Amino acid sequence: MSWSITLTVNGEPRRVELDDPRVTLLDLLRERLDLTGSKKGCDRGQCGACTVLLDGRRVNSCLALAISHDGAEVVTIEGLARDGALHPVQAAFIEHDAFQCGYCTPGQIMSAVGLIGEGQAGDDPERVREGMSGNLCRCAAYKGITEAVLEAQRRMGQDGWEEAA
Amino acid sequence: MNRFDYLRPSTVAEAVAAASVPGSAYLAAGTNLLDLMKGGVVRPERLVDVSRLPGLDGIEALPDGALRIGARVRNADLAHDRDFARRFPAVAEALLSGASAQLRNAATVGGNLLQRTRCAYFYDPASACNKREPGAGCDALEGENRLHAVLGWSERCIATHPSDFCVPLVALGAIVEIEGPAGRREVPLEEFHLLPGETPERESVLAPGELVVALRLPPGADAFAAHARYVKLRERTSYAFAVVSAAAMLRMEGGTIAEARLALGGVALKPWRAREAEAVLAGARPEAATFRRAAEAALEGARPSGENGFKIELARRIAARALALAAAGTPERIPALPASPMAPVSGGALHG
Ligand SMILES: Cc1cc2nc3c(=O)[nH]c(=O)nc-3n(C[C@H](O)[C@H](O)[C@H](O)COP(=O)(O)OP(=O)(O)OC[C@H]3O[C@@H](n4cnc5c(N)ncnc54)[C@H](O)[C@@H]3O)c2cc1C
Ligand code: SF4
Ligand code: FES
Ligand code: FES
Repeated sequence: MSWSITLTVNGEPRRVELDDPRVTLLDLLRERLDLTGSKKGCDRGQCGACTVLLDGRRVNSCLALAISHDGAEVVTIEGLARDGALHPVQAAFIEHDAFQCGYCTPGQIMSAVGLIGEGQAGDDPERVREGMSGNLCRCAAYKGITEAVLEAQRRMGQDGWEEAA
Repeated sequence: MNRFDYLRPSTVAEAVAAASVPGSAYLAAGTNLLDLMKGGVVRPERLVDVSRLPGLDGIEALPDGALRIGARVRNADLAHDRDFARRFPAVAEALLSGASAQLRNAATVGGNLLQRTRCAYFYDPASACNKREPGAGCDALEGENRLHAVLGWSERCIATHPSDFCVPLVALGAIVEIEGPAGRREVPLEEFHLLPGETPERESVLAPGELVVALRLPPGADAFAAHARYVKLRERTSYAFAVVSAAAMLRMEGGTIAEARLALGGVALKPWRAREAEAVLAGARPEAATFRRAAEAALEGARPSGENGFKIELARRIAARALALAAAGTPERIPALPASPMAPVSGGALHG
């Protein structure tokens, strides 16, 4: 049996034929759509490297069954920059040295975009740290990450940046 | 992961009929089920996807004062629902202390109730586990069992139930609404999860094909809103399961406790309501000595199931601390680090 699903990925409609229902959203993005920005760290919901926005909400794509999300809208790290300009969160990560090896970074950035959209943390660094605790960084760039998230949030408020999601 | 058939029924009746076929499992967000399938811990032959079933996604105030929460309401949406968090602050705090923002955005009410134990031997198909394979034995008994149960366990299984959400819910007398092949029924959450006894493979009262459709908080459950807290001790600051946890709620009249609710997490294979402790508290003044006596009553029947005797005293202290925090009053806003046992009790000594 095969299944055909349609997703809007980074603004573009994509139709995918699935020969097997076991495909996770992460594997679909990486293996079938060649969007390898989303990373597979643990594949078990424990690290956050696979974070994407699914219908506007940050989730772990490794624990989402692709077929269950037929019709959904997905935004990955590849979909943040616009017309060659980095998303404010991407820019702030560079300015604040918020990574070392970079493996966790796409997940961190997608998680930060989700966090800012949720509007629960405000400008309290403690709330930002707690809100970002689903993203582990083995290089321990946490200090820079917290600063980058706070800075990006400030800038997005000033510039009236509209969410890509 | 094993191969499976995938079905997405469009009504509750269709879902129940589909899942009544042996070998079926309901799929909600999949944050627990897919994890277990990837590890080969469970191998359902067909997944019945209930993540889009109509009628299961509302938070609804009922005319009698009860509140009904649909089974596929997301954990994050419930915790951030203003009216819900105002009426049931300890439940919101417990939800926000669980997992991560990403997982809470996906995880559903029904899936949280029915999540499986985190016992490492249950998770490892190469180990003996009576829950996975009845009669196989229990490798946790002689293994790494620091975090295992101290209440209600049996020689067959010493695992704990990992949910934070369920702890304040059981204290509030929540009711589980179930739809199944034999029709509709309701079960108090306190009786929903089963202790291991001789049959640790039976985890809840659900019969094959039965679907949790909603959870109900009974009328009057919001009378505790002014003094309600959840406290969760973790092995790291955040994004970790409870070592032990406690939900404490007080209804104050004048300077006395008119009615109290206390439940513990991480101590047994079900969220543990401590009715003996509630009796100690009723009519008493909110003082450290009373909280300690209540905590002792809550752990009265506790026994170590391995290298975990320390959890008994830890649970007493977390229970007493949750009571002290509840007595001090529900904070205006859920703290930056929800349910942290490290936060000082206002006006009180840190180690009361
Ligand atoms: C890394 C990590 C950390 C976590 N930390 C915590 C934590 O600190 N605290 C905590 O409480 N939880 C924690 N969790 C667990 C998380 O809360 C659960 O995975 C989640 O609540 C499950 O919901 P779901 O919708 O994804 O369920 P699913 O995974 O889809 O389903 C779980 C189980 O419930 C059954 N089911 C689902 N819905 C229904 C229904 N309506 N009726 C009958 N059966 C149903 C399924 O068949 C399955 O057996 C953590 C999970 C992960 C991966
Ligand atoms: S404690 Fe329970 S879940 Fe863990 S191995 Fe023993 S029987 Fe299995
Ligand atoms: S790869 Fe998904 S959380 Fe680690
Ligand atoms: S930058 Fe290396 S893991 Fe985060």
